[in-house]
Amino acid sequence: MAEIRNYTMNFGPQHPAAHGVLRLVLELDGEVIERADPHIGLLHRGTEKLAETRTFLQSVPYMDRLDYVSMMCNEHAYVLAIEKLLQVDVPIRAQYIRVMFDEITRILNHLLWIGAHALDIGAMTVFLYAFREREDLVDCYEAVSGARLHAAYYRPGGVYRDLPERMPQHLANKEVRGGRSDAKAQRLNRNRQGSLLDFIEDFVDRFPNYLDDYHNLLTDNRIWKQRTVGIGVVTPERALSLGFTGPMLRGSGVAWDLRKKQPYETYAEMDFDIPVGVNGDCYDRYLVRMEEMKQSNRIVRQCIDWLRRNPGPVITDNHKVAPPSRESMKENMEELIHHFKLFTEGMHVPPGETLASVEAPKGEFAIYLVSDGANKPYRLKIRAPGFAHMAGLDEMSRGHMIADVVAIIGTQDIVFGEVDR
Amino acid sequence: MSLLNRVETLAGVLSHAFGEVLEESSIQRDELTVRVSTEHWLATALRLRDEFGFEQLIDLCGMDYSTYPHWSRPRFGIVVHLLSIQHNLRLRIKIASPEGPVPLVESVVTVWSVANWFEREAFDLFGIVFSGHPDLRRLLTDYGFVGHPFRKDFPVSGFVEMRYDPEQKRVIYQPVSIPPREVIPRKTRPEHYGDTA
Repeated sequence: MAEIRNYTMNFGPQHPAAHGVLRLVLELDGEVIERADPHIGLLHRGTEKLAETRTFLQSVPYMDRLDYVSMMCNEHAYVLAIEKLLQVDVPIRAQYIRVMFDEITRILNHLLWIGAHALDIGAMTVFLYAFREREDLVDCYEAVSGARLHAAYYRPGGVYRDLPERMPQHLANKEVRGGRSDAKAQRLNRNRQGSLLDFIEDFVDRFPNYLDDYHNLLTDNRIWKQRTVGIGVVTPERALSLGFTGPMLRGSGVAWDLRKKQPYETYAEMDFDIPVGVNGDCYDRYLVRMEEMKQSNRIVRQCIDWLRRNPGPVITDNHKVAPPSRESMKENMEELIHHFKLFTEGMHVPPGETLASVEAPKGEFAIYLVSDGANKPYRLKIRAPGFAHMAGLDEMSRGHMIADVVAIIGTQDIVFGEVDR
Repeated sequence: MSLLNRVETLAGVLSHAFGEVLEESSIQRDELTVRVSTEHWLATALRLRDEFGFEQLIDLCGMDYSTYPHWSRPRFGIVVHLLSIQHNLRLRIKIASPEGPVPLVESVVTVWSVANWFEREAFDLFGIVFSGHPDLRRLLTDYGFVGHPFRKDFPVSGFVEMRYDPEQKRVIYQPVSIPPREVIPRKTRPEHYGDTA
């Protein structure tokens, strides 16, 4: 009789279902996985080391590039850490803007996740739908920061600028044959006639219907359930030991959300619910994330109402942390000096250390910041939720088929920018 | 009870339970930091999980204090952040690794499974060795990488660079050709520097 041996198989680093640059070495017994050994680090850029050589403000855009589908949440943890050490107060309006954009980011992230996850397991349509909705949300990013993805909008002490009163407009393009006609441009600009808040409100009104569409496509879909129910089951005890956070932990039935339990910014004033799973499988995590989008939508609506009624400053007036306004800088010597010092030397953060955590869409995203009083961090450690989830892949995929690994990677919502840092 | 009160209670409970094992305990910005002596780390971790309800290890990272001003403790150490979900409390633990040829710390993989990769990362980036770790391999750096890049004496631009050599028809390593530069110098100012009035 021929000898039967396990064999190893390489998955990635350029497999389309590997969500970026994951190299998995799978040890197989037939088609059953005995061991999965993720080789990560192909996207390692040394962000933590780079941050040590740059001023505090210069590192804000690096944070966007960690988890590059939930950009503002990463910035949020970073600026929170600096604010905690500096002990500066953030204006209340800036806090509401941050909460609103955190939730927009959560929807943005979950839309990409549902699209990619469904595409991995064979449902094409959801991906196209999800990207249609994402388009509106990246337009919100663009309206406030000028960038569709890497916003650098949160700054220590507040946010870079107030919400714009006018949305950018689509233009007709007559120079190219088949380009956008006047009528088409007008149609595209229909919900862009008012301010950014009007535009977001229009989206918030439409979004629950879109969510229903996804539910129609997937929730009772036989193929979807066959691919996700009972796959990658994690018990609550194991989820805790494996360091899972966010939807990965809540999918296993642990009701833990930093927005509720350790509220930061104005989350304590918001009215929203935390969905919790029962079985801890891919299907439950899918339902948890779908419900999270609905709840985020609720939070965004509450923020819009508040922001409409309460104008005010959006960044601290401590000019050692935030730059003075353009006009006062041109009229006042003192302000000019502040501006110059802030952008050449940077701010000095008092010696000390702190951990700032936010509930990012993927889980607990934390920044451990150590300062020695200089204008640069002494050490910056980024605790990325995806890193712990990736480490749990081995345990989650044991005993499953190769095709299930794809479902498990999808359910973990892996983004390599934050895993490799 | 406010967060500060709860953290103070925790500090009291811990110092009562562990006594000498906790070398130092301080509360800053409502965050409790304790120092645990190196030889008792594993036993302490086990008790913290089972008796004090710290079910989750949020983060474990290596530290290199070699350029920290006025530093008198050992150069290398680790910083651990724990989270108790049942008590809604956080705890920061610092463990110094004694001076020696190789910085050595006990591994806590048996206590929290997630420590596996965090310890591999600290080993990779700082060269801290974790005794009792089941699979201490490099994690983030390239296959065959030499050195520990997050140590303070490792330049940001590294020591080697990689390029394709058309003559040898393969990718080769060579010493870095770009001189290291610092655009904005690191500067520490005295307290209340530049305060007006």
